[in-house]
Amino acid sequence: MKKLILTTAILALTGGAASAQQVVRLATEGAYPPFNFINDAGEPDGFEIELFDTLCERAEVTCEWVTTDWDGMIPNLQSGNFDGIVAGMSITPERREAIDFTASYYPAITSAYAAMDPDADFATGVVSAQVNTIQAGHIAETDATLLEYTTPDEAVAAVRNGEADAVFADSDYLKPVVDESGGEFVWVGEAIALGEGIGMGLRKSDTELKATFDEAIDSMKADGSLNELLQKWFGGEEAPQF
Amino acid sequence: MSCFETIQAYGLRSLGIGERLLPREGYDLCQQFTLIGSGLIWNVYFAAIALALGFALATLLAVGKRARSAWIRKPCDWFVFIFRGSPLFIQFFVAYQLLVLLPRDGVTLPLGLFDLHVGTDWVTRAWAGAALVLFFNTAAYTAEIFLGALRSIPRGDLEAAEAYGITGWQRFRRIQWPTMLRLAWPAYTNEAIFLFHATTLVFFSGFPAFQQRGDALYYASYFAGRTFNPFVPYPIVAFYFICLTLVLTWTFGRIGRRLNRHLPTNETRRRRPRILPQIIR
Amino acid sequence: MMFSFCADPKSLEGLQWLSCYLTTGTHMSFYGSFLTVLVLLAVTAPVALAFGFGGAVAGRSHVAPLRWIGKTYMAMVRGIPDIVFFLFFIVALDQGLEYLFHFVRCEDLSQPVRQAGEFRACPAAKIPPGSAPPAIHQIYNFALAVFTFAIVFGAFAANVLSGAMQAVPRAQLETAESFGMTPRQINRRILIPQMWVYALPGLSNLWMVLIKATPLLFILGIEDVVYWAQQLGAMKTQTFSYPHPDWRLWYFLGLLVFYLLLTKVSEVVLDRIMTRLRRGLPMAENGATA
Repeated sequence: MKKLILTTAILALTGGAASAQQVVRLATEGAYPPFNFINDAGEPDGFEIELFDTLCERAEVTCEWVTTDWDGMIPNLQSGNFDGIVAGMSITPERREAIDFTASYYPAITSAYAAMDPDADFATGVVSAQVNTIQAGHIAETDATLLEYTTPDEAVAAVRNGEADAVFADSDYLKPVVDESGGEFVWVGEAIALGEGIGMGLRKSDTELKATFDEAIDSMKADGSLNELLQKWFGGEEAPQF
Repeated sequence: MSCFETIQAYGLRSLGIGERLLPREGYDLCQQFTLIGSGLIWNVYFAAIALALGFALATLLAVGKRARSAWIRKPCDWFVFIFRGSPLFIQFFVAYQLLVLLPRDGVTLPLGLFDLHVGTDWVTRAWAGAALVLFFNTAAYTAEIFLGALRSIPRGDLEAAEAYGITGWQRFRRIQWPTMLRLAWPAYTNEAIFLFHATTLVFFSGFPAFQQRGDALYYASYFAGRTFNPFVPYPIVAFYFICLTLVLTWTFGRIGRRLNRHLPTNETRRRRPRILPQIIR
Repeated sequence: MMFSFCADPKSLEGLQWLSCYLTTGTHMSFYGSFLTVLVLLAVTAPVALAFGFGGAVAGRSHVAPLRWIGKTYMAMVRGIPDIVFFLFFIVALDQGLEYLFHFVRCEDLSQPVRQAGEFRACPAAKIPPGSAPPAIHQIYNFALAVFTFAIVFGAFAANVLSGAMQAVPRAQLETAESFGMTPRQINRRILIPQMWVYALPGLSNLWMVLIKATPLLFILGIEDVVYWAQQLGAMKTQTFSYPHPDWRLWYFLGLLVFYLLLTKVSEVVLDRIMTRLRRGLPMAENGATA
């Protein structure tokens, strides 16, 4: 399902006292825990939300969150409905042709297969993935049959109800699903590293904004606060580190 | 790739014939026209199967809604109410969620002498599941159109039939049904057109695309997503639909004229209802 | 938090859990989105009717170009699926407005607006301005959606109204002519007042169609009932305060009931209005076939 125009701004992050400050509208999906999700209070929450809370403060810009559908994000960025994409979007050469990315704030993601049956045929069977993702692109090139869904949880549900033999998604997203399934879900096959890490997507013309955020991200990498956040959200010791 | 090669590679892509991967570069007009046109096969398939089956079920429902026995009438009323009273969009969602609840291994029906094993994994595929929803949906709308037509059959026609000794099934088959069809035809034409348009919802709600085989709108949104430019693919879909709607209108017009061929021309014109409360779904 | 015992959701069970679950912030937004649907209906219906009226009148105009516009507008909905129009039109509208503003408000016009796959209107041309509070963005997007709906349903209404104008008996118009009324007078005093009675069955049907089209708001990016049903029904892991399995079926069944109620109530009300209006009117065919 596609939402072409973007939608609701949910909340201004840093108090909007200084109205002269630049307002940066950031788009997120709100359906990709632990990266970003809508918590039970109805507000955006997650690793990326907390990270950009800090980043915007360091960059001295006012940030505003906007939830929009995954599928229409890049077109909406291009037409100027918001200024940045913060939605667990991996940097890929294909996306680079259309938009720019800041330095990565999360290392190259590992994607993994999860299935209900340990012997599931993920290599040539039916594999579900979210549409327009790096994972869907990967499956389309394998011998497996790709089944595309608009949201990641639908892709998981497809395995649960037998539509697909396995789901292929970001292992950080799948981890709680597998851990909490009480043995229903198991990992199958090898985890695969895809892409060049996750960055914030920007219009190619917004070079200044890119420089601002690059600087802020670098400063958080340098003082170790980014690593702390990663540990907080991605399972402590096992969390990827810079 | 020349345009001819593109057509060879992607012309039947929506059926899984030709290139396995969708195009990753170029996205020229030829590619877009070919792939979106290929997706159109699914729209035509959904419309054809839903209309053909829906027509038969609608006749039964319309007759059932006039039945004296509440056991027949009530279920027909409810069927029509549920499918006409709720958005098709929601119906697709609910239907998909319900269909996936069927046991994966199939259902075994004990038939006394032997057990019949029915597989169920295919019903969640769009070609079956979405076609089922569209079939029920159009049957409900058409039933209401047919019912209206049945009610407005001139009493004189029926009395004349009785005077000739035509009663029961014969009367229905030879008098009521043809008259109903003739009266309902303009409204039914509209229903057919809008059902055809409704087929574009299939891959936008509930039903997943299997191996990137989708309908015209699915490929249009693929291109819109890749080229970040909605101004080419969506008008292409619109162009295809305008053409096919014209073909549909022409075909139905021909049938309509055939249904009315025994009437003097001014009679035809008088009989054709001018306001059609059913004109749109 | 509605109830005091909701402070620690994970320790709750049974009814208490459910009462807390159903009163979370997200659920409140979900309930609010039903209001969004009703507001959309209330605003779109009159606007669409106005568009439809304009279209129908234009379609009967003696000025050829105006007539062509009216006829094309009416023919549009028969040829193009509404969802295709929605997907395309809302972007076209948004960008079109900003494109116009670009030439009015921007100082530097040396660069083309569309370049390298980007749409670059200068900040002053942005609608609403980038610094506007979120509520303004929300209202603007909603207004775009209403306008798009009104365009599509206005075309449907134009068809109904132009049918109704043709249904007014010719004798009525000829009589008016013989009284020496000008065409304008005939239109205003005879044709339009009489037309409504003939248009009512079609318009009430159109209202039902409009109700059933509201889930398409989801496609236009408004956080409507479908969005929240998807969001809330999806499986929730322990990351959330109220973890639960995939409950989308229940949420969508809820939506189904909501829409059935809405159409049923509308049907009853519209039937009443129709019987009242028809009283004493010589409607021979009783609303044609159906």
